[in-house]
Amino acid sequence: MTYLGIVSIIAGIMFGIGALAAVYRIIRGPSILDRALATDVLLAIAICALGAEMAINSHTDTLVVMLILSMFAVVGSISIARFMAKQDAS
Amino acid sequence: MSAAEVAVGVLILVSAFLSMAAGIGIIRFPDVLTRLHAATKPQVLGLAVVLLAIVLQAPSWGVLTTIVLVMTFQLLTQPMTAHMLGRAAYRSDHVRYDLLIEDDLGHDIEEHDQEADAGSR
Repeated sequence: MTYLGIVSIIAGIMFGIGALAAVYRIIRGPSILDRALATDVLLAIAICALGAEMAINSHTDTLVVMLILSMFAVVGSISIARFMAKQDAS
Repeated sequence: MSAAEVAVGVLILVSAFLSMAAGIGIIRFPDVLTRLHAATKPQVLGLAVVLLAIVLQAPSWGVLTTIVLVMTFQLLTQPMTAHMLGRAAYRSDHVRYDLLIEDDLGHDIEEHDQEADAGSR
């Protein structure tokens, strides 16, 4: 097994644990702000995993996907936070 | 196995570790503001190290300019998100006040309200 093959397995397990934890917080999160935050974390982990896959397989096909995600990741959380009502405790 | 390949592996592992730490932190921490602290690790440093790994693995000017753009947009947009989430959390009382050491925004809002009251009289 090559060096980068072992690295890819360990990194995949770590990315998986992070993503599952974010999904758990999206499901359980006591407020909608926790869910918006966990969605942001899930997106950041997805961007990092895309980049790690590119570095391991040494191609640059999904670099544009990373660019677009980093440009438009902001829209969801800001719209949730902006229209958050004071009495909404759910 | 060259030195660049070793560096690429280490950088990818750093990014993966930061992602895992953010996931664990977002489960373990008690309220929105502390979770916000854990959430920013893969968003900035994790992305930076993985972009460095890409440019080490495929070094060309096109890749370098694109990853500078990616990092720029991430650094422009993520502070906006964190600011808006923290502000909404404070305004909608999702903050554990017993965990705060110093509530500077609370002092400022109080002072501003007192000044507004004095001005209206």
